[in-house]
This record gives sequence, structure tokens and C-alpha cells, in this order.
Amino acid sequence: MAKFAKKKDGDLPAVSTASLPDIVFMLLFFFMTVTTMKDSSLLVQNTLPNASEVKKLEKKDRVIYIYVGKPIKEYQKVFGTEPKIQLNDKFADVGEVGAYILAERAKKPQELQNVLTTALKVDKDANMGLISDIKQELRKVNALKVNYTTYEGNAFNNLN
Amino acid sequence: MPRRKGAPEVNAGSMADIAFLLLIFFLVTTTIETDAGLDRMLPPIEPPDTDVIIKQKNIFTVNINKNGQLLVEDQLMDIEDLREAAKAFLDNNADGTCTYCKGRKDPSSSDNPTKAIISLKNDRETKYSTYITVQNELVGAYNDLRNREAQRLFGRDFTEMEAEYLNPETPSSIREDLKDKVKRIQDMFPQKLSEAETSTAN
Repeated sequence: MAKFAKKKDGDLPAVSTASLPDIVFMLLFFFMTVTTMKDSSLLVQNTLPNASEVKKLEKKDRVIYIYVGKPIKEYQKVFGTEPKIQLNDKFADVGEVGAYILAERAKKPQELQNVLTTALKVDKDANMGLISDIKQELRKVNALKVNYTTYEGNAFNNLN
Repeated sequence: MPRRKGAPEVNAGSMADIAFLLLIFFLVTTTIETDAGLDRMLPPIEPPDTDVIIKQKNIFTVNINKNGQLLVEDQLMDIEDLREAAKAFLDNNADGTCTYCKGRKDPSSSDNPTKAIISLKNDRETKYSTYITVQNELVGAYNDLRNREAQRLFGRDFTEMEAEYLNPETPSSIREDLKDKVKRIQDMFPQKLSEAETSTAN
């Protein structure tokens, strides 16, 4: 009565790899949720200043970004070294800021249109003249909530 | 002796372990980047209907010139001293109506925190980094005073309470509770930071 067949010695049982797809899918989903798509590449130098009294910018869908800074090396021959404004993927003049904000605002769902924040990512070496012009443009289109995006750190490091 | 069939199967049992190891590594190291910065409200472009007359002593003027020097209340000042000066101004309480203020009650300075206005003016050639430092110090002055009152009333910092209130992950029951507290502190020291249009030529 051989109810139990004797195992042959020295033969490794094959490990089931049936769960492998699950693991791979789990990793896949993880990266899918974590990865944020970079929507525009920077055309300007963008070293933000430091500040200590910062507030976090929650909810990325409610933020419109404006970049300001010197053009990066590759573009300096064409655009010079004066700080420029970057909207989406191209350089822009101050006059285009208002239209850009309105266009971006129109893209957002209705219920968010009144709670949008404009994040100004400005290089620390830029001059206030340009920023003031941008602020004036923002006021014209009633985009009054701004966030001067900074790094967290000691604000006095800016002065050096 | 019979030949072995095909290639031997590779042991893949540890694959799951490796995958988990990777998963945990990325879970720990990935920080979902959130930007942070100084929140400010710009004034509306339409001028208010009625001209409000503000006493000169209730305005704390801060001027930044193109070299990054500060002129505070018509006196040259180091940026390091700005926070204390702004706090002294906001907390001054000249008319004695502010019960929680600890200021000097200097009659030539602000009446009370609800009337005190900080006016910031900068040159077109002021560097952005200097401007941010000044903004940071002025916001810091408000935050310091608000923290003081929040500590006295609720035993915790205002900035922490506000961050928790603004965090979308906070349960709504806690947020409702925080809303009133945050509002109360904000009303004690309302942030009145006016920015005049930049001076063009100096």
C-alpha cells in the first residue's frame, strides 16, 4: 500500500512563479501613482531664494506656474542674459502674462477657477522691476493670490 | 541512463523578496515634491470707492533701494533688525484697546494691531532675493506675534495650526475646530501688508 509516493532524493521542487505578475503590477502601479509628469522643461535658470516662513503649496491642480530668470546657457546667445519670463514651454513678454493666466484659468474646472494660486518661481538674481510688472499684469486679470515659491531655509542666506 | 529534459528551471522563489525590497526602498526614498513659498495677496486693481484716511503713525514704511538697503520709518536699518522693529510696531497698542498686546504704548506708533499697516516699497532694481528676505521677515513678524497669542490661548503654535488646517489630509472634524481658532488668531493680528507700486527712478 503505497499511499504516499516516495519523493526522489536530490530533485528540487519547482517554485511557483505565479505571483510574479502580481508583484510586477504592484510595482508598476506604485510608480504610476508616484511619478509626476514634468510638463515643461526649464528654459531659464531657476535658483529660488530661501525663506523660513513658508507655506506648502497643496493641490497642484490649483496652481499656475510662472518662471522668471536668466535664460540658460544654450539660449543666452539668442535671448541674451537679461531675466526673461517663461510661460509653459516658451519665453514670453510681460504683456502675455495676463492672457496666459486667463487661458490657464479657462482650462481648469469651474469650481476651481476662483481658488487658483499663481506660483512665481523667480530666480534669486532677478530684479524687482520685472516682478512688479508681472504683479501688475496679475492684478489686471484679477489673479490676486500669489505664492513666491522659495526653498525652505534661512532667509539671510539670500543676501550673500 | 535517460537524458534530462530541457534546461533546468531557475529558482525564482526569491524574486518576490527582491521586488518587495525594491518597493520598500522606493517607498522610503521617494518624496512627492511639494513646492513651498510665501503666500501673498495682491491688492485688487480697482481702487476702493471711499478713500480711507490712515494716520501716518499707523503706517510702518519699509523702503528697499536698489542696493538692498532698508529705509524703515525714514531711518536706515539692517535687515536683521527688521523683524523686531515690525513686531514692536504691530504690538505697540498706543490707544490701549488691544488687551493682549505687550507693546510699549508709544503714542507716536501704531494705535492697535487691527489698524497697523506695513507698507513695503521697492525699487525696480532691487534684487528679488532681497525682496523675499524682507517679505519673509515681515511675514515672520506677524507669525511670531500670532504664535505668541496661539501659545497663550491654545498652547500650540499658530503656524502649526494653520498648516494642519490647510492640509487636505486633516479630517474635516479637526479642521472645523481649527478653522475658528485660526480665524480668531488671524483677527487678533490681521496681516495688512501693502505694497506700493515700485518707484521708477531714484
